Amino acid sequence: MVTQITSFGRSGLYDWMVQRVSAIVLSLYTVFILGYLVMNPELTYDQWSALFEATWMRIFTLMTLLSIGVHSWIGLWSISTDYLKATGVRFFFQSLCGLAMFVYITWGIQVLWGL
Amino acid sequence: MIDHSIDKNGVRVVNKKRPVNLDIATISMPVTAIVSILHRVTGVILFVGLAFLFYAFDLSLDSQEGFDQVVNALQTSFIAKFIIWGVVSALMYHFVAGIKHLFMDIGYFEELESGQMAAKANLVIAAILILVVGVWIW
Repeated sequence: MVTQITSFGRSGLYDWMVQRVSAIVLSLYTVFILGYLVMNPELTYDQWSALFEATWMRIFTLMTLLSIGVHSWIGLWSISTDYLKATGVRFFFQSLCGLAMFVYITWGIQVLWGL
Repeated sequence: MIDHSIDKNGVRVVNKKRPVNLDIATISMPVTAIVSILHRVTGVILFVGLAFLFYAFDLSLDSQEGFDQVVNALQTSFIAKFIIWGVVSALMYHFVAGIKHLFMDIGYFEELESGQMAAKANLVIAAILILVVGVWIW
């Protein structure tokens, strides 16, 4: 039996809810970005960078970055606790996932508020 | 059937020692199971594929040259087109399966017949979206 120690909120119900809230943020962002790209086939750099300079877009994007972090943590945690039974292997896998998520979030913040 | 036992305070609790089988090789795979495992598989693909999206996102906002490089790669490079198609396809599937999941959370598609129907609809809708994305990219 795998214990709950590495779950996101240390409670299945909390993780369940966070997974759904983050899913809604991620789906709204997906629809927005794909819709934006479809409606702007002749997109220019000035237009694209102006979009990500807008405060509301930075808020929306940061919210999405954090949602990517928690959503993928909960998802990969569930998968790894189902299939990786050896504690060491699972810990290694979850550590790699955690590191990758941290890199993604930091990278995204740097792009948004880059020097 | 859920196993129950009575704890020391006389409260009925779910027995945590109930048997679990997660060996994919021994589980029969009806359409609902296939749809479910693909939700997991596409989730893992997306997590890896994010590296490409972040790279393109970074480059596209870095400078005019970077933006042109991304646009150029997506218009001319087969590999770039194939990767973005793969990642967006995984996203389309994961998106549709996620919406189905939310419907199931509020009580729809939980019976055998409606569940199988929703799983099949999931596959069909995702396939259509993946084709549309392919046409859009190429």
